[in-house]
Amino acid sequence: MSERIDSASTTGMDWLLPKIKTMTVPLIGILIFLGIWQMGAPKIVTSLGAVPGPTQVFQQFVGLVDEHKEAREKEAAFIKRQEVRNAKKLEKDPNAVVKIRAYTGKATFFDQIWTSLLTVSAGFLIASLIAIPIGIIAGLSQTVYTAINPLIQVFKPVSPLAWLPIITMIVSAVYVSDSPMFEKSFVTSALTVMLCCLWPTMINTAVGVANISQDLQNVSKVLRLSWWTHVVKIVLPSAVPMIFTGLRLSFGIAWMVLIAAEMLAQNPGLGKFVWDEFQNGSSNSLGRIMVAVIVIGVLGYLLDRGMLTLQKYVSWDKSQALR
Amino acid sequence: MSTKEHLVITQASIDFPTPNGPYRALDKVNLKIAKGEFVSIIGHSGCGKSTVLNIVAGLYQATEGGIILDGKEVNEPGPERAVVFQNHSLLPWMSAYENVELAVKRVFKGKKSKAEMKEWIEHNLSLVHMDHAMDKRPDEISGGMKQRVGIARALAMEPQVLLLDEPFGALDALTRAHLQDSLMEIQKDLGNTVIMITHDVDEAVLLSDRIVMMTNGPAATVGEILDINLPRPRDRVAMSETPEYIRCRKAVLSFLYERHGKKIEEEPEVVEETVETAEEAATEAVEAEASNLVDIKKKVKTEAA
Ligand SMILES: Nc1ncnc2c1ncn2[C@@H]1O[C@H](COP(=O)(O)OP(=O)(O)OP(=O)(O)O)[C@@H](O)[C@H]1O
Ligand SMILES: [Mg+2]
Repeated sequence: MSERIDSASTTGMDWLLPKIKTMTVPLIGILIFLGIWQMGAPKIVTSLGAVPGPTQVFQQFVGLVDEHKEAREKEAAFIKRQEVRNAKKLEKDPNAVVKIRAYTGKATFFDQIWTSLLTVSAGFLIASLIAIPIGIIAGLSQTVYTAINPLIQVFKPVSPLAWLPIITMIVSAVYVSDSPMFEKSFVTSALTVMLCCLWPTMINTAVGVANISQDLQNVSKVLRLSWWTHVVKIVLPSAVPMIFTGLRLSFGIAWMVLIAAEMLAQNPGLGKFVWDEFQNGSSNSLGRIMVAVIVIGVLGYLLDRGMLTLQKYVSWDKSQALR
Repeated sequence: MSTKEHLVITQASIDFPTPNGPYRALDKVNLKIAKGEFVSIIGHSGCGKSTVLNIVAGLYQATEGGIILDGKEVNEPGPERAVVFQNHSLLPWMSAYENVELAVKRVFKGKKSKAEMKEWIEHNLSLVHMDHAMDKRPDEISGGMKQRVGIARALAMEPQVLLLDEPFGALDALTRAHLQDSLMEIQKDLGNTVIMITHDVDEAVLLSDRIVMMTNGPAATVGEILDINLPRPRDRVAMSETPEYIRCRKAVLSFLYERHGKKIEEEPEVVEETVETAEEAATEAVEAEASNLVDIKKKVKTEAA
């Protein structure tokens, strides 16, 4: 009996050991990094005080969470007060016109994160919806490829930040409506993100499509598949790995560009948070900016993991090593 | 054999563009094939067999001359001329069933109901004994199984002409024999015209009504056509002793190795000689090895000293 328990526990360990190993090594790396940071940071003194170490940064993070909770409570209280006030008004005079105002408190750190995530997803989605079809057509037709290649090559190296002023002007000129569905700043940021997402996706899709094996193309020709069936059954599955390479490249760039664009244009989002803290210049600012830096990094990493999971789900070749 | 002209290749020549100007791979290939005939093409590697097949399939366009199938010129690929490719060419993201389904849907859309199509796909997969692994994807089955699915896909299209490019090339002898038998059976039942490329003389003699022997490239063409007058159904064991079989086999071998031999000296008839040369080679190798050893010993000695 005891033997059985023994063997069970060893098999349990067998399964656990590699996991512990893969966990400990990165953990050691992180701990060493934190150690160096903790020791080195106080030695650098800026006009805003000493550079905060990991513990101070963590405290700032807790502070930001508290601030967020507080803001939510304030908002709830505001709405409640308004409701009560309106109800009283209506009691006195059923025909009174009641005003319902939205809460206009300062956006918290977490509001800004949400805004940034929303903006980057919107820009990325629009870009993908444009770039993948164009990439497929360019990959299928040498003529189309030759026609758009110079344009891609010229626009690709341009930092989308250079486009930002132009986009801002165009958006404020064209996007006029009395009850806009999205804020102008959101549209501007999303379009800037879109511009930088277009090129890597387009190029990689085109290359993936152009390199479909001749054998499979011959199969399609012999069957005389319709254009649509050819694209759906043969072109897309073979180009999926390259399309995803493009998408992940795009997403990485988009996340970086978005933060910069928000800083530059003072559009809501994490970039604005960083910029505002920098302008505030309180003793907490450096710590809060560092919280933002870490959050930006972690989110970027998680977003890429998300794309990878999606790629694994969509890809037909499950044995393929994806990283 | 019907004398009606079914598939006619007339003066087909093809030039491939190369950096050093056009390369004439085929020169004035002429061939008439009757309906239901089984023709093998045999020739040395690189002579242009696949090119002939690709022209008939419509995947290549002849520079001069052309192909006429039932009175109509062929200038594009089409499902009435199904191809079994040299390397199976299955879509790796589809199961065996789905690979066949793609072809069946294309050919029988509107002619067969969904249930009929399903039955037809399963029937064709069972013809090549692949019904047990229908739902496996190409990377989950062996090379021979992939080739069988490729054949099922082509058969399921009920083509007028079945084009086979070394269909059994990469298979072991047992699977190969089995598939040859099934191919003969299927062709007897369906009566379609078959053009098959092969490197295997026995396979060519066993399966074909005629063997087309091609000369070496560049500017390869039909060198000789051999009629095989063996009764069908053919049994590989019983047949191998008959004088007709031996005559045909010899004719092909003498064409390939005596008259159009590629500097590779390989005379299968003179078995003793090859054995001798093999022995010689072996002794040479042993001697070389021995002298090598002596060298190494010398080296070690000098180094030690
Ligand atoms: N697309 C092409 N472009 C240029 N040259 C080609 C092309 N296809 C074939 N060739 C040339 O034509 C000749 C015949 O090629 P082919 O593939 O028909 O030979 P094959 O008889 O099928 O050989 P194997 O038995 O090895 O398959 C070769 O010399 C080859 O180099
Ligand atoms: Mg070939």
